[in-house]
Amino acid sequence: MNSLTLALRQVAYTNKAFWRNPASAFFTFAFPLMFLVIFTAIFGSGQVTTASGVTVSTSTFYVPAIAAFSVITACYTNIAIGLSFTRDTGVLKRIHGTPLPAWSYLAGRIIHAVLMAVLLVALCAAFGAVAYHATLPSSGLSAFLLTLVVGAASFCALGIALTAFIPNADAAPAVVNASILPLLFISNVFIPLQNPPAWMDALSNIFPVRHFADALVGSFLAVNGSGIQGIDLVVVGVWGIAGLVIGVRFFSWEPRV
Amino acid sequence: MQQHSEIVISALGIHPARIDDTSVTRALLVALRGSVGQADLERIVRGLPPASSEVASMGSPAIEIVGLRKSYGSLEAVGGLDLSVAEGEVFALLGPNGAGKTTTVEILEGFRQRDAGTVSVLGFDPAHGGRKLKEQIGIVLQSTGVDPFLTVAETLDMYRSYYPTPRPRDEVIELVGLTDKRSSTINKLSGGQKRRLDVAIALAGDPRLLFLDEPTTGFDPSARHQAWEVVKNLAALGKTVFLTTHFMDEAEYLADRVAIIARGQIVAEGPPATLAARDTAPSVVRFRLPSADIALPDPIRGGATVTGHDVEFSTADPTQSLHELTSWAIGQHITLDRLEVIRPSLEAVYLELTEQAQADGAKA
Repeated sequence: MNSLTLALRQVAYTNKAFWRNPASAFFTFAFPLMFLVIFTAIFGSGQVTTASGVTVSTSTFYVPAIAAFSVITACYTNIAIGLSFTRDTGVLKRIHGTPLPAWSYLAGRIIHAVLMAVLLVALCAAFGAVAYHATLPSSGLSAFLLTLVVGAASFCALGIALTAFIPNADAAPAVVNASILPLLFISNVFIPLQNPPAWMDALSNIFPVRHFADALVGSFLAVNGSGIQGIDLVVVGVWGIAGLVIGVRFFSWEPRV
Repeated sequence: MQQHSEIVISALGIHPARIDDTSVTRALLVALRGSVGQADLERIVRGLPPASSEVASMGSPAIEIVGLRKSYGSLEAVGGLDLSVAEGEVFALLGPNGAGKTTTVEILEGFRQRDAGTVSVLGFDPAHGGRKLKEQIGIVLQSTGVDPFLTVAETLDMYRSYYPTPRPRDEVIELVGLTDKRSSTINKLSGGQKRRLDVAIALAGDPRLLFLDEPTTGFDPSARHQAWEVVKNLAALGKTVFLTTHFMDEAEYLADRVAIIARGQIVAEGPPATLAARDTAPSVVRFRLPSADIALPDPIRGGATVTGHDVEFSTADPTQSLHELTSWAIGQHITLDRLEVIRPSLEAVYLELTEQAQADGAKA
């Protein structure tokens, strides 16, 4: 039994347990769609110029922007909170006492989160196409998929790294939200910033959320060319690698005391 | 004899070094089983423990601890502990909370790193035993969780998939008495059933050695007795069991051998029936007289404590004392109510030893 087979088997068990918790599964999927409807209803009437210089209707912009939000929820938020809970309830310690390689377990969690992210993005795109006539990407499709994979993997790594700063499961939602919500507001996700203050512009440029959102929106709305946003992808990837390094170094299999 | 050894050595292709006939005989026996590599043969001939676990099991202890030390900051949890557990033995480590039980067992399980000393578990150093060691041990931790939304059968299948030679699923479920719960999800199990599932998960890989860290803490009496039967079943399967507990009856019922740990050191060790010479220690005889003004016979009167009608005395020879007492009572035509002989309990021995250690610690 090699480590990859074990990881894939872990995905199957994680998936089974995920769907057996209907409340959790329902809201994981309903949440981003809810945001899509709300933001479009509030801001959806005008036009917006995206970071890649394309001018579209605001409702069209929100489809890939909320898709980016879905990826962050499924990967970063769910991994960080989920791992904190399994750590505090002793599941991780028990797993660590078995011959299952550590990375097989974590890879299983990551692969499942990425699959959920892909499903969420597909749902956003389909909903957008039907409700807001936002066309699915054609010329930028491969760039869109590449951005999706790089972003999902990076935000999973960052979610794992964040668990090192979460003292206990009760604090997990608060820590995760405090780390991600402000960034979602200043990173062209919830609100497409047209003339942000210089400090906000500079601040959001440091973090991966804006680069990921811009890259996903840019490829989704590409009118010609590949739609690939090279620099944004590199920044997201570097954050992902940093997350991986911190995760490997500081990850704990036991509750923190 | 020396010549025979040399013939054997050359037949095995081992470089002759410091050797004796015993180690050569052992090496020959091992070689005949055909389950050992050249490097281990050489080690055995030189009187060293073999590196691979397959051979290590031959008569060598399942667990061997020498001079184990572990501190957390300035607090010394384990201070120079020595212990050995034989293969197939049910061993109980007894001690009050904070005595170093869990630290010791978690070092053996590979969860904690020791500060000093040597530790061998099935021939491996648990600090870097890795996958090979983990495949052969089962662990029941003090508090662990499982995914609440998987069923008993699914959970076991998941854990079984981590091991090279898992034990058949339904057999494990049967062994812990969860057969009628096999299709229930974990969140529908009672506390006692969850604890039995913990044991089932620890058995999933068919381990040679099982660690049970306070397996029945928080159980109601009937759940405890069910759990004890499970452990008895394991012992019958020939598993080595390393148990920690602070319940004396549990240790007495289950263990072949117990050790009492206090302030990070072993203060007594032996079979529960003879621990700290309690089998030869004085017994207490207790009874009630029908009236307070009856004079006790001579040999008893001296050491007896009389409280109203109740009499109690201590004796090194309860057979003799009882004979004297009952012949006297029959002669006097009186009945001794509530007559009992009380042997020093494991609990009494335990309390004495751990309180003594506590007092020594306070003095130091």
